Amino acid sequence: MDNRQKEINNLKDYKYGFSTDIENIQAPKGLNEDVIKFISNIKKEPTWMLEFRLKAFERFKVLKEPDWQKPKFPKIDYQDLYYYSAPKSMKDKPKSLDELDPKLLETYKKLGIPLQEQARLNGIAVDAVFDSVSVATTFKDELTKQGIIFCPISEAIQNHPELVKKYLGSVIPTSDHFFATLNSAVFTDGSFVYIPEGVRCPMELSTYFRINASNTGQFERTLIIADKGSYVSYLEGCTAPMRDENQLHAANVELVALDDAEIKYSTVQNWYPGDQDGKGGIYNFVTKRGLCKGKNSKISWTQVETGSAITWKYPSCILKGDNSVGEFYSIAITNNHQKADTGTKMIHLGKNTKSKIISKGISAGNSDMTYRGLVDISSKAKNSTNYTQCDSLLMGNKCGAHTVPYIKNKNSESNIAHEATTSKISEEQLHYCQQRGLNPEEAVGLIVNGFCKEVLQQLPMEFAVEAQKLVGISLEGSVG
Amino acid sequence: MKEQLQKDFYNSIKNLSLSQKDIEIKKFCLDNFIDKGFPNRKEEDWKFSDLNQIIKNNIGELSFYNDQTSTNKVDTSVFVDGLEHNKIVFINGRIEKIDFEYEKKDQIEIIDQSETINEFKNSNSLSDLNNAFTNKCFKILVKKGYQLVKPLIIYHTTNSKICAKNINLRLNFELDKDSSLRLIDLFNDASEKNFLNIFYNFELKENAVLKNYKVDKFENKNIKYSFNNIDQDKNSISETFILSSGSNFSKNEINCNLNGVYASAFVNGVFSLNNDKHHEIRSIINHLTENTKSYQLIKSVLDESSKAVYQGKIFVNSDAQKTDGYQLSKAILLNKESEFNAKPELEIYADDVKCSHGSASGSLNEDSIFYLMSRGLSYQQSRELLINGFLLDVVEKITDSEIKNLIKNMLGIKE
Repeated sequence: MDNRQKEINNLKDYKYGFSTDIENIQAPKGLNEDVIKFISNIKKEPTWMLEFRLKAFERFKVLKEPDWQKPKFPKIDYQDLYYYSAPKSMKDKPKSLDELDPKLLETYKKLGIPLQEQARLNGIAVDAVFDSVSVATTFKDELTKQGIIFCPISEAIQNHPELVKKYLGSVIPTSDHFFATLNSAVFTDGSFVYIPEGVRCPMELSTYFRINASNTGQFERTLIIADKGSYVSYLEGCTAPMRDENQLHAANVELVALDDAEIKYSTVQNWYPGDQDGKGGIYNFVTKRGLCKGKNSKISWTQVETGSAITWKYPSCILKGDNSVGEFYSIAITNNHQKADTGTKMIHLGKNTKSKIISKGISAGNSDMTYRGLVDISSKAKNSTNYTQCDSLLMGNKCGAHTVPYIKNKNSESNIAHEATTSKISEEQLHYCQQRGLNPEEAVGLIVNGFCKEVLQQLPMEFAVEAQKLVGISLEGSVG
Repeated sequence: MKEQLQKDFYNSIKNLSLSQKDIEIKKFCLDNFIDKGFPNRKEEDWKFSDLNQIIKNNIGELSFYNDQTSTNKVDTSVFVDGLEHNKIVFINGRIEKIDFEYEKKDQIEIIDQSETINEFKNSNSLSDLNNAFTNKCFKILVKKGYQLVKPLIIYHTTNSKICAKNINLRLNFELDKDSSLRLIDLFNDASEKNFLNIFYNFELKENAVLKNYKVDKFENKNIKYSFNNIDQDKNSISETFILSSGSNFSKNEINCNLNGVYASAFVNGVFSLNNDKHHEIRSIINHLTENTKSYQLIKSVLDESSKAVYQGKIFVNSDAQKTDGYQLSKAILLNKESEFNAKPELEIYADDVKCSHGSASGSLNEDSIFYLMSRGLSYQQSRELLINGFLLDVVEKITDSEIKNLIKNMLGIKE
């Protein structure tokens, strides 16, 4: 058996599907003001933060769950969820990794994310989020030397209130849509990044999200601020145990890029997708939005979406500053009974703004995939351009692939070009590969990787290798 | 609006000889419409054009009762010269003339269907309105194997006698096996501030060929909505061409069901707009069985503060393997106030298909203008040449040469 085959066999089953038996502190079940106060209290938050949450909750009460999306799901009972769950050992925050519960260390080791810095050779700073709390952040000292702040958002609220106050909710306000507002009211933890003026972040920053407790929703919030002339590349990974129930993950991610700053945000999303019959899996309803606030700023989203029972998200860019650039690269793969409704929004407000969208969708088995996107060039966004390409591959006749782009051009000096294709893997290509000795699965893997190449190239090295493997594995069993 | 609707409804059914059951159905449709009202932005299909607002802003209070007891004089000056054709003439929504003078009488049947109300499959509030208020409905049946010698022109004429009225029209067509029909809809409006609500239903049997050209060219201040439902059997072909230019607001919807193998549908459209006009084309092509084909090409030239919308959808059922679907929309924005919105949609459930769409919008290419000007043309001439060339691309898709020339003349395009 060759190495690749071994690897596939190892990975064939969702290898992150284990759960850690650990004692938890949980908020009382349900959603009400007391629970919000409980969360705020346990995190020792200042009053303004509690007010922010309560304001969002007031608004949440009048909002209705949206129903325009393609993947339908049974009604979620928001009163039947735990909104806060944290390992007991995290109550009094351990000062260093040596004090951290060995069970947690073990969990992350199993996931391939060793938290001991010496074990890391590739120099990526990691913030590990376990259910509702951040358990550890690595390489903190080295980053502090450059003035970079990289810490759990709950710590930032305590230590850098001026920054959090200024930017939290500036891109996704408390008055936003249903899931974003829910997150504003009950968010528990997440990462906070601040890159000071003129600093190029020396290493990749990364957050690793893990859902462990059952019946729990994960609501994390990430806020990244790149000050004038700075650069940061940020990675996000996620896994969850295999459970029969559907778990809700409703995160908010806000990015702010000031003059000449650049943020690169990459996601490899591998939440538990449910079993072959579509039982269980994560509902991944995430709001991600970036604001190119300053001139010449740039925000680039790259996502590889292979997990989750339902993925429903549209990482967006608001191109407010003149000459700002927004990019979106996406691979979404659905297999078995997975469903995805994903895409992006590019909102051009400033002059000479540019955006580029490359989306690759692959659906197999009984799955269903939708690309939904918006390109909106306002009348003030003179001389702006957009290029969109969305391609879909279908494998088998039980799956679906849909494209729903909205294109609005209100400016005669701007150009929009959009193209989309849907097809299957051609027999000729398969034949060619097999003729040269590849088995059908390898051939499909090769062709699909070629199909996705434009997006995979955008990922940082370590992620690209992992993502490439993931692409092959997600399609296991869909050929033949 | 509710009282007005009910009052007008009783006035209009008073003169009709309807059975109790028909009145019940019409009433049911009326109640549906009262319930839903004119479509607005909340409905996905009307996201870019809020008809409720448009009627409010352009017409104000609308009256739904049309006195159709007296005949209108047919003004022959509107007839197309230099092209022999059969005629159906509507004046102010009243059918005044049906004339198939060039055809064999026994091959075409005109059936009065006013008494039977046929429900539309995908009903919306406008089809309910149409059902409630249409009082004459004809079905034109082209018999097996008969191909019309001359095209049929339907004149939609309005005169200055009516204002702030809603006109509802309905026609049904059945093209039997191996038959063919060329149909031109020509709008001539001397009225203003009326709302026309037109529903056509086409049934194409095996090998039938339908060519429908909708020409709304002459300046007018009316609001138009037109819905074509086309059901296609094996090997049939439908070709729809829309010239969308004259009215203040116009929306054309094409719903095409490709039910039989090897059926194909072509939808081509030209928006040529100025002033504050707002036009829309929405097409839904349903590929329901294997080996069907569709092709759509929409081009727009938008001047002043005009707005064009194209919503095109290709639906491919899981049985519809070997589907070939193509869709392209292009727009030139000539003025900074003009706007183009597109929603080219694909919904695909079969894997062995070839479907693609493209959409582009932007300004006139300055390099091309420079090229032409460097060869001695004025700015204005170069601009016109480029625009004509851009639109000619669509007009050239018309497969009937007589009608192609007619439309070229109307657009003032010379080769």
